[in-house]
Amino acid sequence: MIFNPEVIIEKLPELANGLLVTILLWVAGIAGGVVLGFLVATARRFGGFVTNAVLGSIVEVLRGTPFLIQIFLLYYGGPFVGLMLDPIPCGLIGLMVYSAACYSEIFRAGFGAVPAGHVEAAGCLGMTRLQTIRRIQIPEMAVIVLPPAVNLSVILLKESAVLSIITVPELTATVSAIGSQQYAYLEAIFILAVVYWVLVELTDRIGRLAEYRLSRLRFSKA
Amino acid sequence: MTFKIFTLLLQAAVSTIGISLVSIAIGFVIAILLSAANLSGKAIYSAPARVFVSFFRGVPLLVQLLLIYTLLPAIGLNVPSIVAAIVGLSLCTAAYQAENLRGGFASVPKGLIEAAEVTGLSPRQTFFRIRVPIALRLTLPALVNEAIMILKSSSLVSVVGIIELTKMAQDLASSTYLPIPIFLSAGLIYLVICSVIALIGRYAERRLARTSI
Repeated sequence: MIFNPEVIIEKLPELANGLLVTILLWVAGIAGGVVLGFLVATARRFGGFVTNAVLGSIVEVLRGTPFLIQIFLLYYGGPFVGLMLDPIPCGLIGLMVYSAACYSEIFRAGFGAVPAGHVEAAGCLGMTRLQTIRRIQIPEMAVIVLPPAVNLSVILLKESAVLSIITVPELTATVSAIGSQQYAYLEAIFILAVVYWVLVELTDRIGRLAEYRLSRLRFSKA
Repeated sequence: MTFKIFTLLLQAAVSTIGISLVSIAIGFVIAILLSAANLSGKAIYSAPARVFVSFFRGVPLLVQLLLIYTLLPAIGLNVPSIVAAIVGLSLCTAAYQAENLRGGFASVPKGLIEAAEVTGLSPRQTFFRIRVPIALRLTLPALVNEAIMILKSSSLVSVVGIIELTKMAQDLASSTYLPIPIFLSAGLIYLVICSVIALIGRYAERRLARTSI
């Protein structure tokens, strides 16, 4: 067995390009997922029984099926209903929808974890419902949801590798293409694994740091 | 979509279930070994275990599968791709299960371990008869979750050419030009299997809750 990573290092600019696409997709996926997921969680909590039931079943379906199947449905099924998408927008939409479903569950649990006494106290002090949501429920929720949200972000980074299957030119697709061109597939995949590993560990560390900083603001569990 | 296509999908779902079950079982055994290494308190055992868990939780499963699929032949092991797929899934789930079990082992009451030592159980007996059963009970919900994750992740082994539910759906979709009904059916089958696992998990939890620690 010959292990010769230099042939991959030569192609560093291409690798950096793939990394950039992965990070952009990831960040956009998180941003879109957090915003959409928050809207879904809010609608489910305050939107009445029907809204809750409908959104709840959509979330269950998205969380109970493989991401790959969802992507295939969107990419190969889309054109049959007039939805012609290039790989990158298709991957981005798929990632956002999937992450929105997952984030919405985190936010829903967060809403549930805010003590009812705090909400009642805000009501007694004369805050309107919107004020209570904005000034009491959201800030308290932010502290609670941070650890699972960081965890989910890491999962999404790893899920984004799946997008290589529908030819999105992200890190996995780029590096395995380099590996095939250079006849150094094993080296390429090895470097690919290390890059993801470093990215995930880094995200984890940053997340833990943020948790530590925020934990000082944590309210007493009363 | 005809009945025949749906039957083919169901048949492929059986291999999805088979691959997932075997991987979860092998992964569980490795996870117990990893936990033993972690709890040994000796760096020669616990450091490699930590690196293993960190690596397999830090690298996308797809990349792990590609790595194992290319690495095994490169070191002279020419195994069928199904073996590579099961090895990949098992190692990945072992890392996640070990991480779940870590929390369980940490919550085993100290008094029970001390009591076991006082009673004269060897460290190995204490591990297998006291710590493992209690940790297992404490982490059951997390392990059920992990089983669901692996079932969904097993869709990725289609990439190394294994015919399971996802690969079958992909092949059928491209040969019949009916991607929407076929992928929807495949999704539905995954959803049903996941729900069944969740139900079994809830049942097992209720059974175990009767005997408190």
